[in-house]
Amino acid sequence: MDFLNAIVLLLNYIFVPALTYGSQLALGAIFVTLIYGILRFANFATGDMMAFGTMITILITWYLKSLGVSLGFLPTALIAIPFAIIFMVGYMIFIDKFVFRYYRINKSPPVQLAMVSIGVMFVTQAVVRIIIGPSDRRFFDGEKFIIKAGEFKEITGLNEGLAIKSSQILTVFITLILVSILFWFLNKTKTGKSMRAYSDNEDLALLSGIDPKRVVMITWIIAGILATIGGALYGLDKSFKPFTYFNNMLPIFAAAIVGGIGNPFGAFLGGYVIAFSEILVTYAYKKFFMYVLPESMEPETLVQLLSTDYKFAVSFSILVIVLLYRPNGIFKGKVL
Amino acid sequence: MRKNLNVIAAYGVMLGLIILVGILQSWNVALSIFNMCLISAVMTMGANVQWGYAGLINFGLMGYAALGGLAAVLISVNPVQEAWVAGGFNIIMCLWLIVAMVLAIRFILRNFEKSKIRSYGIATIIIVGIIILRITSEQSMEAIEAVNPATTGFLGGLGLPIIFSWIVGAFFAAGLAFIVGKVALGLRADYLAIATLLISEIVIAIIKHEDWLTRGVKNVIGLKRPVPYEVELQTKEWFINLVAKFNSGKLELISNITNKQAALNQLVIEGSSVFVKLCYSGLFLIVVIALLVVTQKALYSPWGRMMRAIRDNEEAANAMGKNVVKQHLLIFILGSAIVGIAGAMLVTQDGLFTPGSYRPMRYTFLIWVMVIVGGSGNNFGAILGGFAVWFLWIEAAPISLFLINLFTIGLSETNALKAHLIESVPYFRYLMMGMGLLLIMRYRPKGILPEKIEIK
Repeated sequence: MDFLNAIVLLLNYIFVPALTYGSQLALGAIFVTLIYGILRFANFATGDMMAFGTMITILITWYLKSLGVSLGFLPTALIAIPFAIIFMVGYMIFIDKFVFRYYRINKSPPVQLAMVSIGVMFVTQAVVRIIIGPSDRRFFDGEKFIIKAGEFKEITGLNEGLAIKSSQILTVFITLILVSILFWFLNKTKTGKSMRAYSDNEDLALLSGIDPKRVVMITWIIAGILATIGGALYGLDKSFKPFTYFNNMLPIFAAAIVGGIGNPFGAFLGGYVIAFSEILVTYAYKKFFMYVLPESMEPETLVQLLSTDYKFAVSFSILVIVLLYRPNGIFKGKVL
Repeated sequence: MRKNLNVIAAYGVMLGLIILVGILQSWNVALSIFNMCLISAVMTMGANVQWGYAGLINFGLMGYAALGGLAAVLISVNPVQEAWVAGGFNIIMCLWLIVAMVLAIRFILRNFEKSKIRSYGIATIIIVGIIILRITSEQSMEAIEAVNPATTGFLGGLGLPIIFSWIVGAFFAAGLAFIVGKVALGLRADYLAIATLLISEIVIAIIKHEDWLTRGVKNVIGLKRPVPYEVELQTKEWFINLVAKFNSGKLELISNITNKQAALNQLVIEGSSVFVKLCYSGLFLIVVIALLVVTQKALYSPWGRMMRAIRDNEEAANAMGKNVVKQHLLIFILGSAIVGIAGAMLVTQDGLFTPGSYRPMRYTFLIWVMVIVGGSGNNFGAILGGFAVWFLWIEAAPISLFLINLFTIGLSETNALKAHLIESVPYFRYLMMGMGLLLIMRYRPKGILPEKIEIK
């Protein structure tokens, strides 16, 4: 019984939150990696672009709510997301046309494009804060929990409860579906293959008749979809605050690099690597050991490797270690 | 002279703008903008040394500035005796333990061939070391933090004049830069940018949460000043006479003696804060000019030419026998040290250290905007960028308020859109910075004052 309690404890406090957080990071990391692989620059506007997509989702959700539309036990935002994606893709293509295209055509070095993306970051951040303000917003509605801790205890008779929020399940499912479609698209369709060819060797791809404009356009469309859904899922699960989104850029970068930048599958796994390591290292295992060990050996301290203040620092340290020993990431080799 | 006409014109416009603020708003505001411009100029010089001279991207400026600020605290605050008694011995022992760990790892790296066993050995040393550190330090840290937590709760500093911290801050930043440079400088440009950004976040996390050293988010306030206090100045005879002398024309117009005294008092209060700011300006100007002379000399020396060669073609420079790795590390350390000085200057001016206020937007990306806008590779350009961008950063709110009022003049005061726009005035500065950066990058990619290489 104690053993079961210990497992439920870990599930509740480590596995479920890390899986959710990891999915959110994974979407962002694939976004970063796609831009890096095809457009060849590190996009520092990542976090703010995700905030922009989420902001549109929230605005549409508010509008839908004012019309009285609702999805019952599911959050209304799910209807809003497709519309938000359309806006977001428009915004991305607009930015590309007026900002990034010029440097791409002039074949500027990646560093210059990264600087330009900082300009985009400033502008996007300003637009988001001017339109919706910097404060914390929650836009989740519908049924909050799938299993509540108390109900779980009653059903199973265990001491430890397992609470699963519906936003967590939604996040994991939507991420898995989206990522499978994306991999199918990249590996099986002609357009996807042309994108991979373009990312692998631009000149060769151009010679074999691949239209670069089309590839870039599709990249921005996919990026828009990923940014909106990733941002909206994070906002549904936690809350929407522009500053948090800007900060999330850092673990997202870490995830993309740990997985091997330019490699979407690596980025996908990298998201989970970062999320799990952050939570595993900063969790206090005292209660876990109390269940597992006999009473005489119970620990007196919290048995916490690092305090939760260092949550971000953990993922960044992992990144630094990976950069030192495997500069191309854990899953290096293949490009896109 | 003619060659430098655009430099002189650009600086003339900048000074004119600051003087305009002095006349229109107040001299207090103008001087505080000027002081912050000087500090920004030091930071941009640091970034320019790295990016403009050597082409190294350092997105970790925030971390070095924060370390400089930490130096100001550790130098100037009086030591907290009780805290030292409570846990000082253990902390010192832990420091020795860290030194021993580093030496042990160095020894292993030097004397053993690269192998799996060596890697595992190093990993074991680090893990065991951290566990011992945690066990020995935990209680003493708690003891230190428990000493009068409302006012101290940390070890304090050395109690020296704060001005020394400008040098110590440079050394702190240089030390960090040495470690970071050893770790990350081999990386490709964009990887280096991301790695330095993340490392600076780690530094901030440590400064924020190691309360025994820095007081963390409880902040350290009331640091010593290198210049007189306003309140003391207001009672000094010579200062009152000075203010009276400066404003004799104004004072003579008032005939009533009591009114005259009241007016003089008001002037003394205003004058004292202007005087204090002027003192800071003097100190900062000395630093800026000294750094400018040194960096200018370095730029036109053989060393500066070598750095440019490395920047423009690494392989060729390497083939000519220049040690690229070593020079990169050197310049990374030098640039970071300059940023460290700026960090210490900033805390000195504010008189407080607030770890929570270090955010990448303000201390990394804004400085980068300054360098790019001003002109990378050109020290005068970088300083001008610091001035122009900081001026715009501060004056963005009044400017955008003016523009909003201009464009919504047809709308009533209670109009929702107008109210919303006025409420979000503070965020227009980000918009201006972003647009400025994008426009400069597009139409004048070398900055306002581009780099000029004179071949003599």
